[in-house]
Amino acid sequence: MAIESEVLVVGGGLAGLTSAITAAREGADVRLVSYKQSTLRHASGLVDLLGYTPDGEGPLTDPYAAMADLPDEHPYRTVGVETVREAMSLFDAVTAYDGGHTDANALLPTHGGTVKPTARYPPGAAAGVASDDRDMLLVGLESMTDFDAPHAAAHMDAAGVPFGVRGVTIQFPGDLRADAKVTRYAKLLDTNGEVAVRGRKRPVRDALAERVNPLLEGEKRVGFPAVLGDDRADAVRATLAERMGVDVFEVPAGPPSLPGLRLEDALFEALDESGASFETGNPVVEYEGDGGVERVFLEKNGAKIPVSADQYVLATGGLVGKGIESDREAVREPVFDCHVPHPADRYDWFDEAVFGDHPFAAFGVTTDATLRPLDESGAPEFDNLRAAGGVLGGYDYAAEKSGSGVSIATGYAAGRNAAREVQ
Amino acid sequence: MSDAEESPTFEPAAPNTGDEFEPVDVFPDSDDFDLRPGADSCYKCSTCDTNCPVAEVDDDFPGPKFQGPEQWRLKQTDDDYTVDDSIMSCSNCMRCDNACPSGVPLSQMHNTARGEYVSEQMDTLSVEYVRNRILANYRTSAFLASKVPRLANVAMNFGPARWLMEKTLGVTRERDFPEFATQTFREWWADRGGADASRRNARERRERRGEPTDGEKKVAYFHGCYSNYNTPEVGKAMVRVYEHFGYEVVAPEQRCSGTPMFANGMLADARRHAEVNVSSMSDLVEEGYDAVASCTSCSMALRQEYPELFDIDGIEEVAANTFEALEYLRINEDLTGAVREAEVSGDLAREFAYHAPCHARNQGLDRQAVELFRDLEGAGIEDVGESCSGISGTYGWKEEKYEKSMEIGEEMFEHMAHAEGEVGMTECPTCAMQMEHGSGYEIRHPLELLEAALVE
Repeated sequence: MAIESEVLVVGGGLAGLTSAITAAREGADVRLVSYKQSTLRHASGLVDLLGYTPDGEGPLTDPYAAMADLPDEHPYRTVGVETVREAMSLFDAVTAYDGGHTDANALLPTHGGTVKPTARYPPGAAAGVASDDRDMLLVGLESMTDFDAPHAAAHMDAAGVPFGVRGVTIQFPGDLRADAKVTRYAKLLDTNGEVAVRGRKRPVRDALAERVNPLLEGEKRVGFPAVLGDDRADAVRATLAERMGVDVFEVPAGPPSLPGLRLEDALFEALDESGASFETGNPVVEYEGDGGVERVFLEKNGAKIPVSADQYVLATGGLVGKGIESDREAVREPVFDCHVPHPADRYDWFDEAVFGDHPFAAFGVTTDATLRPLDESGAPEFDNLRAAGGVLGGYDYAAEKSGSGVSIATGYAAGRNAAREVQ
Repeated sequence: MSDAEESPTFEPAAPNTGDEFEPVDVFPDSDDFDLRPGADSCYKCSTCDTNCPVAEVDDDFPGPKFQGPEQWRLKQTDDDYTVDDSIMSCSNCMRCDNACPSGVPLSQMHNTARGEYVSEQMDTLSVEYVRNRILANYRTSAFLASKVPRLANVAMNFGPARWLMEKTLGVTRERDFPEFATQTFREWWADRGGADASRRNARERRERRGEPTDGEKKVAYFHGCYSNYNTPEVGKAMVRVYEHFGYEVVAPEQRCSGTPMFANGMLADARRHAEVNVSSMSDLVEEGYDAVASCTSCSMALRQEYPELFDIDGIEEVAANTFEALEYLRINEDLTGAVREAEVSGDLAREFAYHAPCHARNQGLDRQAVELFRDLEGAGIEDVGESCSGISGTYGWKEEKYEKSMEIGEEMFEHMAHAEGEVGMTECPTCAMQMEHGSGYEIRHPLELLEAALVE
């Protein structure tokens, strides 16, 4: 026996989740397995489509218009612009993100003070858009060294944003540890717990607003590091906004990231609602099948648990997510051992300049038009396996700012194609 | 730099990838489990910290990244480094294991550090040590109480006695002690005819199911302490459900799984119990039995903590052949199909508010009950969210931890209040205590619902 479904998705990031949601909404019986918790909590929570061309031109105003000129092997070319649009509609349907009203990229400030072209952003980041000409105050927290507000403000100012921007650093009210976790701030704000301010107990939202108020110099919007609540983020922002008489937004941050975590929660909720099954905690270590994948095995402390399906989607991520692995000899895809094209000499895998054009950044599997990974001869590795997201080659997501968009578009296409095969 | 013999000259332009390279044995004389690869794999993304229910409410707790890889490194570089006492605030929920994208064995590191702290730094005459030892050895108290269950039930919740326990031992009086059953699971099992009766029942069922009667369907039940002394109905449900699918059940000699001992750093106690459990289970595994547990912390201990902490003969085989009760049937039988065709009536034809125990998570089991029972006619199930219940075994029983425990549990209580059902469900006995304590609901085990659905 085995644990069975019609479609099995391997990987719980943005590509795997989109794939599983799509296939389940198409009516397939879907199961998603992920080695560990979703890596979405490493993500900023911004959803980029295409910010720069592979040649570095940008920031691009219209990502869709630029897709036609991408190289043939780019995943956006494989699935086509129409599919990208459909995939983004699905994303908009299952999340409460902003930015879907236009094809154009929005410009959002990052915690380093750069301005990033992105296609969708969480409502909590909305008041920070750079096309808004209202003056901005950035508030950093003394203990959170990742976000240096005066530095970020100076950086934005130097970049020529069309508004005045200042940065201040405050001590977060209450007696939190110097290395308090982002979830500690969020929980305290979610529950509006009491903190001691000069010997008096105050609800933390009030105390935070009162600490920032004297620092305002007429700015109409105030940005904080992204710790403003988890389950009740909207309520936290609303209270702060009301107490301060300004719009409040979060500046997206690096890992661990609450906006990423909230996106993860929203997508898993959508997956649950679509009727799919999922589990995390154990890796897929083996497969059986020749020509087609018959079943895979999950490893649990030495036990091999068989899991089988008619169609499979590989969405295990790229070099960072460990969906692509390398050593001194070769670059591999570890689950199904799909072919990953790469130069034989490893000195050709990278560029000598640190920020140069590194070939390794685009390492990954190549696919046919239906996203089936191809072997060395150009034939599908398996007739029932599709790949999506970071495991795909042919694009450099960090340079292009295309990571989320490729994951959503190829996840959508792989999930839809897999579901159609089983119907 | 390394002191590898004859280290080759390093040439940056064309690094010598060294056919002759020999890795350095950094800690050659140690018999301990080598935690270095775990520490080295940590790239400090802090995802573990965002999963820690204690760090979310406790401003004195530095979180799993510090307790694990960071503290381990400090110990290597400073001979005088002693384990930070905050290790005792880790509740051993083990959520950080499931979080780490790099496979760092966080709970193994925590268990090791806690064991060292307790054996080398804690005063064995201190109230805290004595209290923790008593809590960790729940089986001993339960064994004694089960001899006089009615008296124990009255005495253990007698107000003045509880006041005294809080004042002298630091066991919170806010909680009610669980009731002891008047007949333990093992007493029931023996009365029923033990393994022989189970073999007969299983064969009968196999015949009726059209399966070969001499088939090799046999499992060794690890019931643990709680379903033996407190909730024998869970153990009975396990036996009946497994026999229904044609499995012969045996209930081998067993002690505590060790879960409360790990959480209190009592590794010597845990090892003593583990030796008995591994010895009896490994003999059965050799004979073709699989070990099945109805408590997710017990299955977690046998599968993960044992091989991570102890080197006992047969321990790897036992770990690889241990399963949780629903999980085993999901793998080996068409459980989903059986549940789809079934209908529940009577006492358990209800809506349930289900909480997934933390220890179910690493095993990939946190969704199985809701996914299985959502197709069941006559009963409904709703997940009350992913938060920790907050009790974490003995953690919430400690007077100084009680309030933190309730603060962690608040999210679950709220979700329970909003859920349609007014009966709770979970696999973990102590989560069940916390659910009952916070909501007043009666709490059932998934096996009980499965029994009601499938067994006539």
